[in-house]
Formats: sequence, structure tokens, C-alpha cells
Amino acid sequence: MSTKLTQTKQYYWFAVPGVLTFGTLVGGSFAYNIFLSFNDWQGIGKPEWVGLANYQHLIHDRVFWISFLHAFEFIFAMSLAPTAIGLIIAALIYDFIAKHFGNVVSTFLRISLYVPQIIALPVVGILWAWMLSPNVGVINTILRKIGLDKFALNWLGQSSTAMFALSIMMIWIQIGYTIVIFISGMSRLDPYLDEAAQLDGATWFERFRIVTIPQLYPEISVVLLTTTVAALKVFGPVYVMTNGGPGDATQVPAYFSYFHFFSTLKVGYGASIATVLAMILTVLAIGLLKFQRKMGVLR
Amino acid sequence: MSVKRKKGVAPYLVLVGLIFMALVWLFPLYIAFINSFKPEQEFIQNGVLALPHHWDVSKFGKFWSEVDFSKKLLNSAQVSLCVALIGVVLSFLTAYAIGIGRVKGRTWILGFFMVAFTIPQEALIYPLYSISKTFNLYDNIWSIIIIFGVMSTGFGTYLLSSVMSTFPEELLEAARVDGASPWRVLRSIVLPLLRPTLFVLATMFFIFTWNEFLIPLVMLPSNNNQTVTLAMAVTTGQYTSDPTARAAAALIGFMPSVIFFLIFQRTLMRGITLGAVK
Repeated sequence: MSTKLTQTKQYYWFAVPGVLTFGTLVGGSFAYNIFLSFNDWQGIGKPEWVGLANYQHLIHDRVFWISFLHAFEFIFAMSLAPTAIGLIIAALIYDFIAKHFGNVVSTFLRISLYVPQIIALPVVGILWAWMLSPNVGVINTILRKIGLDKFALNWLGQSSTAMFALSIMMIWIQIGYTIVIFISGMSRLDPYLDEAAQLDGATWFERFRIVTIPQLYPEISVVLLTTTVAALKVFGPVYVMTNGGPGDATQVPAYFSYFHFFSTLKVGYGASIATVLAMILTVLAIGLLKFQRKMGVLR
Repeated sequence: MSVKRKKGVAPYLVLVGLIFMALVWLFPLYIAFINSFKPEQEFIQNGVLALPHHWDVSKFGKFWSEVDFSKKLLNSAQVSLCVALIGVVLSFLTAYAIGIGRVKGRTWILGFFMVAFTIPQEALIYPLYSISKTFNLYDNIWSIIIIFGVMSTGFGTYLLSSVMSTFPEELLEAARVDGASPWRVLRSIVLPLLRPTLFVLATMFFIFTWNEFLIPLVMLPSNNNQTVTLAMAVTTGQYTSDPTARAAAALIGFMPSVIFFLIFQRTLMRGITLGAVK
């Protein structure tokens, strides 16, 4: 009995390096960031305490609201759309391709769709900016070739299309991730349910909707959580492709705070934007975890 | 017993549809590939879609030497390797206390790691920047090795804790009855059995770190310290005038990741799904 108890205590030592370094580096930096958000600071000299002034300023800053609006638009392009499309594609690969054409074909499909995931986002951004360039870019070249000249636009160069172009790119990036997770989820499902429904005469789509999707709730919730968090953090592509522009057409919170930290040198203001973003992410993550628990998803 | 099915047309339609989709997905890589070998003159004449007549490799060498790409590769490899090592060791030790040691308050420790994991880098970057200046680690790749090594512990601890919480209890009991200390249990039982998982985790850390952008951008201003991802983002702006040079730059930029992925494809896929379904 007592050996067990002392043993449990000994185990604490193993957590010390991780908790200490992580706590200092992440916890400490975040606390310092919150502190800075209550100050006026240019990055040199002494920070000057201004209380809630930065946050008051934030509420009236049009660009701040626009940046969050865009972040929520990215939730559609990076989370909702890829989840929906990914579910369907994963089911098609799992039910039709793997069963009838074997593993080689299904692995080829999975890898091809997954490749965009492994390339660093800034590099993806460079590639797409190149493809989207108005005159010689491949996308407009194809549009002109198939007679859609009027759609051969300056995609990233005008406010009305820049978000749309970025969103298409995001869907291209994200789908592979959702497909891989969902296919692996499907392989743990009990085939019996699906077969029973099939014998009852359910069509493929009915089985997909009524049998497969409910069993995949754990995977779906994890995917929604991770991709939503990623959508709110978008930085690299905006940095290399648009700098938040034209105007503020693609401004996002991450870039907006970076801009204030290192371009306008309003460090306190940048810190307040980052703090709000962190709060939203934390609340969202906790909310989704609670929701999962309520749905009985977390075992 | 799986129900035997007639093939019918449907699978073929699905096959054609999905292969088309896969080709669309690979198209950007293909188009970057053919244009990076295309002489600029041919690009002007035949456009972006045509295959090159003369395969011209000179742009790679030019880009490679202009950005000193070997140096960037070395920097990235050093950073990613060290981060993978530090991250795995720290995560493994912490997860051992939580998953095997089942220390009191483990839910709180895990909760702390998970909440901190959602904090965006933007909310850490300025403090990290000013602290690294104080410690003279600014513009030194060790600064980002330490930062990413420690930050990976969030995800790593979460993943390894859930893996370890399903560790066969009999094995641990047997060792404890024999009077093995926690340190011994770790070395002779848990570590050997978890080695494959740790390798998966290390591979993931490696590629995550390779792709990191914001923190290297802020911490490593000088050319000599840049990573591949950072160098790509800050130098390609110079190539806007020549589309084929930009294609070559993009190709060089994503080749290391693609090669790495093709080699470690299975390992990575295991890791990604391991992270999602605990």
C-alpha cells in the first residue's frame, strides 16, 4: 500500500521538466502579452499603463471587426466545407474504391489529395499567387481557353475576389486532412450495421447519412475543432499573398496583430488583438470539448 | 462475412470522378514542375500550359546559389531535428507521469497543456521576441529550437498520455511487484514498447517545425539564420518579373517536404490518425 503511494509521488518528478518549461515559456509569455495589452509601448523604454484603453480603441476599430469577420469566413473554407466534402470523398474511397479496385488505387487517391497538407503554408501561398497572377497565371489562362474570359480576373488584386481566391486555396489545402482522418475512422466501424441497412434496402447515400456519419462523430468533432482553430490562426498565406489587402480585404486577426507589433510599433494594441484572439480560441476549444463530452463522444 | 456485391457501373463512375479530382489536386505541382524547366523565351511564346521543348535546369542553380539554399536546408534540418528530439523527450516524461504514474491532478495538468495548446503564436510572439533579446538569443537559431521544442510538448503530452493510459496494466503491476522503480519501469518496459509511437511523434514534430513561419520570421532576421520556409516567403518577392523563376523557386521550396512525405508517408499517416482518434 504505502509503496504504491510513495511511488505515485515519485512520478511527479517526471512531469517537472515539461510542466516547468512549458509553463514558463507559454504561460509566462501569454501572461506578459496580457500585461502588455494594458500598456502603451513602442517596444523600447518603459511600458506606460493605460488600463483598458487599447480594448476601448479596439471596439471602435473597423479593421478589427473586419479581420474577425474574415477569420470566420475562413472557418467555412478551412473547416466546414472541407469536413463536408471530406466525409463524402472518404466514404466514396472507402466504400467503392478500396473494395472494388484495391489498396493501390485508394492509396494513390489519398496521397494525391493529402499532398497540399505537407507543404508549408507560405510556400503554398507563393505557388497559388503565381497561379493566380492575372496575365500569365495558369488559372486565368485556362479560363480564357475554355471561353470564360470574363472570369479571368485579377483575383488577388481586387477586394471583391481576394477572399474568394484565398478560400478556394484553403479548400485545396484542407481536404486531404479531413479525408485521411475520416477514412481511418471508417476502418474502425462495425461493417455489420452497414450490411444490415443494405439488406433492408437502404441506398448508399441513406447508409452514409444514417449509419456512417453518426458513428464518425468522434472524428468529425476532432476535425472541426482542429480546423476551426487553424482557420482563426491564418497568417502565412496572407503574409506572402496579400499583406491583408487590397485595402483590408483579406485582413485577419493574426496578421493585424503582427502588423501592429512590428510595423506601427503599437505593441500594446497588437497585444490586445492577440489577447482577444487567444480568448476566443480558448473559449471555442473548451466549448467544443464540453460539447463532445455531452454527446458522449469522448470516451 | 462481407456481402458479395455486383460491381455495376457506379464504382467506375466514382473511380473516374475521384481520379479526375486527384489530378486537379496534383495540377498545381505539375504546373510548377513543367514551368520551372521551361526557358523564359518559351514561356512568353507558348504560355504556361505548354510542355517545355528544351528542359532548362539553370534556374534551379541560380535560385539555389542566390538564396544560399544549402545553408537554409542545414538550418531547417538542424532546427527540426533538435525540436523533434527535445519535444519527444519532454512530452514522453510528462505523459509518463500522467498516463502511467496517474499522478493526482493529472486532469488539470493535461487540461493546462490542452488549453495552452490553443493559444495562438501571435499572443506569445512579442514577449518571446523581447525576452530573447534580453537573453541574447535573438537572431540565433537556438532561440526557435528552444521555443518549438517546448511548445511541441502541448500536443505531444496530450497524444502520449492517451496512448499510455491504455498501456497493459499487468506489465506495470508485474514490474512494480518485483520492486522496480518508476525510472526502471520507464526504461525497461514503457520506452521499448512505445518506441514506434515516439518515432511517429518525432516525425510529426519534424515536419510541423519545418513548416513553421511566424516565429522564425520574427526571431531570425539575418539571412544566414533563415529556415527554408522563411527564406521562401521573404525572397520570392524578388522574382515577380520572371514567372518561370518563380515556379522554380516554388518547386525547390516544396520539394524537401514532398520527398520527406513520400519517405515517411506511412509513419505520418499513423501519427495524424493517432492524434485524432485517441
